[in-house]
Amino acid sequence: MKAFEYASPTTKEQAVSLLGNQWGETEILAGGTDLLSLMKEYLSTPKRVVNVKEIKEFQGIRYSPGAGLRLGALVTLEELMDHAAVKKEYPALAQAAEGVRSQQIRNSGTVGGDLCQRPRCWYFRNGFGYFPKGEGGEDLVINGENQYHAILGNSGPAYFVNPSSLAPALIALNAKIRLFGAQGWREVEAEQFFVTPKSEGEREYVLKPREILGEILVPPAKGIKSATYEVRQKEALDWPLAAASVALKINGTGVKEARLVLGHVAPVPWRCQEAETVLAGKSGEESIAEAAQVALKGAKPLSKNGYKVQLARVALKRAILQAAQGGA
Amino acid sequence: MVRSLKLQINGTPYNVNVEPERSLLSILRDELGLTGSKYGCGEGQCGACSVLVDGRPVRACITPVTVTEGKQITTVEGLEKDGRLHPLQEAFIVIGAMQCGYCIPGMIISAVGLLRKNPNPTEPEIRRFMEGNLCRCGTYPRIVAAIRQAAQAQRGSGP
Repeated sequence: MKAFEYASPTTKEQAVSLLGNQWGETEILAGGTDLLSLMKEYLSTPKRVVNVKEIKEFQGIRYSPGAGLRLGALVTLEELMDHAAVKKEYPALAQAAEGVRSQQIRNSGTVGGDLCQRPRCWYFRNGFGYFPKGEGGEDLVINGENQYHAILGNSGPAYFVNPSSLAPALIALNAKIRLFGAQGWREVEAEQFFVTPKSEGEREYVLKPREILGEILVPPAKGIKSATYEVRQKEALDWPLAAASVALKINGTGVKEARLVLGHVAPVPWRCQEAETVLAGKSGEESIAEAAQVALKGAKPLSKNGYKVQLARVALKRAILQAAQGGA
Repeated sequence: MVRSLKLQINGTPYNVNVEPERSLLSILRDELGLTGSKYGCGEGQCGACSVLVDGRPVRACITPVTVTEGKQITTVEGLEKDGRLHPLQEAFIVIGAMQCGYCIPGMIISAVGLLRKNPNPTEPEIRRFMEGNLCRCGTYPRIVAAIRQAAQAQRGSGP
């Protein structure tokens, strides 16, 4: 690991003043489960590391039926998963947190860190960047080991998948993400937080180099049933092959309104708006199967990841069924 | 830049002068001689370096030492009380849960975290909770059996 200057501010204003203008100059340290791995591999070589864990304002979970849920960015995934109101009112979120594997990672890893973690693409993790090219300029993902890469939103040049476990659930639950910078707070819809980078100097989110993800607001879930379903290669460690988070407004036996989001299938969490309209106003399992077909209609698998299309359909169907049958 | 830190490890205060890029694991092993916690993969995958920070298992290899100041750190060396091994240590020995033994300190630390949250875990719960620790020798069945036995022993001897 390259030596760095360490700062541990106690206020958000101090923290922002310690951040650099360019990505990579400085890095924000929260749980460190991703950052430390990147730094050990020299994929990240910041001059200064700014520990934000001492900023009290970014900690804690608050819930009230009227105002909904407020998550400090520093809430650990284990705290989130064990929180009684989260489990009862926002099962999609608790289930997504539980999907982050190993208790040690959940005890350190934070909500903000889950959303800001860098791509798990093995070319990226081996120093080839977002758009890996071979010596002859050929695209390494297209011609190479793309079994875990994107099947949607993959017209290039980015083919990695967004690794966040919580993002699909937060988007399904219509959350807002609050960012703090030199000009104060600004708020973005969870869905608008993620972007597909077009050049190596960009990041996968709209956060700016001198901003910190501070908190997340989730509206009240009255009358909403939600669930997350992950399809995994194995139960332990590792990220899912495909995942779906859904939030359904149920009216009697039918779905009045649906928000359906896929994870690990595209460079950003993938909202399935057309499939949402298929599900709305209907009941019964046929409409669920139809929604899953529609959601993956535009999928363009690469040479080795065709199997993910069916996995994503299955994840979506099972998440819908789980939500419909679940409590809350 | 070297910083001076005060650490609380197994109930004992330590003063160390360290560079901020050092991991908690390297301070434990290389500066303080607490070699119970093992270096496995070095990137937070295998669990051999697990220690308790304020009672919760974390990976010491990807925990910067600077963030552990003011927290209670417990390593496998700190589980023994008044010359008596922790019920988990006893059970791992009685069941013979180790082959090479390298993963065992991390396994025991994770199991302490498990029994703290769930004093009476079922076998699937044990397997689920312990998934963050790898054993290359594959002694998983005996590790699960040892945790079950320790859970029983702990419940028998009161809270």
